[in-house]
Amino acid sequence: MSDTSNPQPSNVIEVRDLVTHYGPREILHGINVDIVEGEIMVIMGGSGSGKSTFLRHLMALQPPTSGTIKILDEDVWNLSQKELFALRKKLGVAFQGGALFSSMTVGENIMLPLHEHTKLDRLTMEIMARMKLEVVDLSGFEDLMPSELSGGMIKRAAVARAIVMDPRILFFDEPSAGLDPVVSKQLDELILRLRDAMGMTICVVTHELESAFTIADRITVLDQGNILFVGSVEELKKHPSERIQNLLNRRSEEAEIDADEYLRRLTGDKEEAEGMPR
Amino acid sequence: MEISISEQNGVQVASVTGEVDLSTSPQVREALLKELGMGKGVIVDLSGVAYIDSSGVASLVEAFQTAKSKGQGFALAQVSETPMRVLKLARLDQVFVIYETVDEAVNALA
Repeated sequence: MSDTSNPQPSNVIEVRDLVTHYGPREILHGINVDIVEGEIMVIMGGSGSGKSTFLRHLMALQPPTSGTIKILDEDVWNLSQKELFALRKKLGVAFQGGALFSSMTVGENIMLPLHEHTKLDRLTMEIMARMKLEVVDLSGFEDLMPSELSGGMIKRAAVARAIVMDPRILFFDEPSAGLDPVVSKQLDELILRLRDAMGMTICVVTHELESAFTIADRITVLDQGNILFVGSVEELKKHPSERIQNLLNRRSEEAEIDADEYLRRLTGDKEEAEGMPR
Repeated sequence: MEISISEQNGVQVASVTGEVDLSTSPQVREALLKELGMGKGVIVDLSGVAYIDSSGVASLVEAFQTAKSKGQGFALAQVSETPMRVLKLARLDQVFVIYETVDEAVNALA
């Protein structure tokens, strides 16, 4: 059945026959997968399954031995350096450990991509950074140093930096690792909000089954460098493969807003803010 | 992206069409800040905006705060679904004054 008024979403990533080696050792053995616009694709697999290597390919950070990777219709490893640079501006990455620069404030960390890639007015950048901190529930933390944040806060600050350029595709590497269940659930909710509000395509590598089942539209399971499964959460749960079943058998209140105070916070209007109760 | 300015009952109406992104938001910012020097206030008609990114929203935030500091009115009108989702993500739908139509906004600000 076709419905011309409601066209199928397009693929934003297409991987074909991807083979990768580390030295003589083959890590990925001919991977084929598509990631569709606006979906949350979770990549799972045990240690050594090749998922971190696969993620680096999807982020256009590592060339394969053979095969092709198309991101946003661009054949990544046939691009010029300039074209590759332009493509990477459309990708956001929240690294496992946050990867914030310890010598810079949280706000400076978040504005870094804007300084690198745009010529926006300084105040515009500051407002953008504060908006992203609001999105990740870290409002007012822009002047702190990363060392003053908890593990969960660092992860959220890293997300704020990853989304400051409004990327088309957002990658998360083990977002829940090292977080308590409540903070982990908040991060899952954030990932869903970002997809729904911004229409981002989101690709998440995780070990956490509960998180994967909460956020995934589809899951890719990697096993020893091969794709074992690609499909929905329900399809995964019902899958007859013993390897998959072996893999399977192992919260946030929105605060009320003071509109004037929020606006001052975003614009950094310290003059008007003076004398205001905190 | 295009921005056209008209005047209704002493209120400046900025009609924005197209996509407001990193490359076009500086034009929106400049135009809005310029119009804030004139008339009773500024209404931004967003009915023709298919996409607005964070830099565009940041320009609206800066213009709103500038209007408040000058004692002028500032409102958004006809915010279509996609821009509204972006405003809601940062809870800015609770900050901006938003009207369903330009006429309603003009009546409120004039």
